[in-house]
Amino acid sequence: MIGILALQGAFIEHKYILDNLSVESFEIRKLSDLNKKMSGVILPGGESTTIGKLLLDLNMFIPLQDKIKNGLPSFGTCAGAILLAKYVEDGTPSLATMDIKIKRNAYGRQLGSFFTKDKFDDEIIPMSFIRAPLITEVVAGNILATVNDDIVAVKQNNQLVTTFHPELKTDFVHKYFLNTIVQR
Amino acid sequence: MEDRVELNRNLAQMLKGGVIMDVTTPEQAKIAQNAGACAVMALERIPADIRAAGGVSRMSDPLMIKEIQNAVTIPVMAKVRIGHITEARILEAIEIDYIDESEVLSPADDVYHIDKTKYSVPFVCGAKDLGEALRRIVEGASMIRTKGEPGTGDVVQAVRHMRAIMAEIRRLTSMSKDELYNAAKLMQVPYNLVVNVAQNGKLPVVNFAAGGVATPADAALMMELGAEGVFVGSGIFKSGNPEQRAAAIVKAVTNYKDYNILANVSEGLGEAMVGINENEIQLIMSERGK
Repeated sequence: MIGILALQGAFIEHKYILDNLSVESFEIRKLSDLNKKMSGVILPGGESTTIGKLLLDLNMFIPLQDKIKNGLPSFGTCAGAILLAKYVEDGTPSLATMDIKIKRNAYGRQLGSFFTKDKFDDEIIPMSFIRAPLITEVVAGNILATVNDDIVAVKQNNQLVTTFHPELKTDFVHKYFLNTIVQR
Repeated sequence: MEDRVELNRNLAQMLKGGVIMDVTTPEQAKIAQNAGACAVMALERIPADIRAAGGVSRMSDPLMIKEIQNAVTIPVMAKVRIGHITEARILEAIEIDYIDESEVLSPADDVYHIDKTKYSVPFVCGAKDLGEALRRIVEGASMIRTKGEPGTGDVVQAVRHMRAIMAEIRRLTSMSKDELYNAAKLMQVPYNLVVNVAQNGKLPVVNFAAGGVATPADAALMMELGAEGVFVGSGIFKSGNPEQRAAAIVKAVTNYKDYNILANVSEGLGEAMVGINENEIQLIMSERGK
């Protein structure tokens, strides 16, 4: 059972991918949802300031942070990656559970959004970058994908982040998350 | 260009479940961002004031929009007049994240909407019914919103438009092929687009509510009726306590079905915008651009 943080953003897209993989999931919208049994959590794309603010306002911040720190398998895409990063350039970190440094809107505004195909764990997959952030430093963890030398996917123990949106085009990264982190 | 269309629709997907707020200054933009807005709409005058001022209302000063772009990290949208090809090019030149081809401003063209397929930046357009929504999508809109009746604080028209769009979509899903041909004819849109909507039971782009949303309950109501997010214009900065009201509306959209949370965030918000009844207004903005 995977919990999908559903405070704001493209969370339903993750549910569709999991549905197709016959993996059960539920939406996390409030504190009581965090008490449900889950084997992993997905932090979706959206606006990181919005999601971060709602985590605080709905008293979900500390409980979620504790779960991730205690080893809950966690997968963040785009805004989700910003939420997990310990260091945010020109900004305040949110959950700060992962030893990476990240830069918001690193490719500029919407005109800088782009689509490409590149290698993730030895497989060429489609990658949509929407006002994407950039991982500027990996203090600890493994780089899983780069695009033109830009770091776009990192795994550190129980945590996986991508700066692109695999949920829009492919189930490959979800399968990777389920196989290598959730069912480890 | 094929990628661009999809990337632009994708940005709207990232805004889902969020609140887009009208702001007129960098300070208001920061307040909106801190309150949890997923994007801001930069404009010189909010619709309630446009209504009060009368006259011709146009695209905002690019300098003012740039100042707002520099004040926040969330996406910044801005409005152009219906059919104003050049205002849209100007906003594209300053790298706006989304253009709202909006009936709130005075229309520049009373026949043609902008051919939005020619632009790299995305467009959102208003609609009162499914036909309007699909015509705008054919023209290249990558996001739709209800028109509602902006600047009134009266939600009745947004409700009417959202109900119309959702009901018409539901009707399409049960139609036979010959009925779909006729539906396409009546709505003046391509048959393939109608089939796409009938098969998926939803628009091919994200659909937000807009126009007259003033309270957390209004915003939650629109989500209940099928909106994927909410625009709030005059409702926030025309109210007694903008910061608190903005944050309350954000929470209401996320938990629109949790009535304890809705009761909680609706408490002690102070004066809502006064509002004008739809029967009391002279200018029906939603009749602009069909």
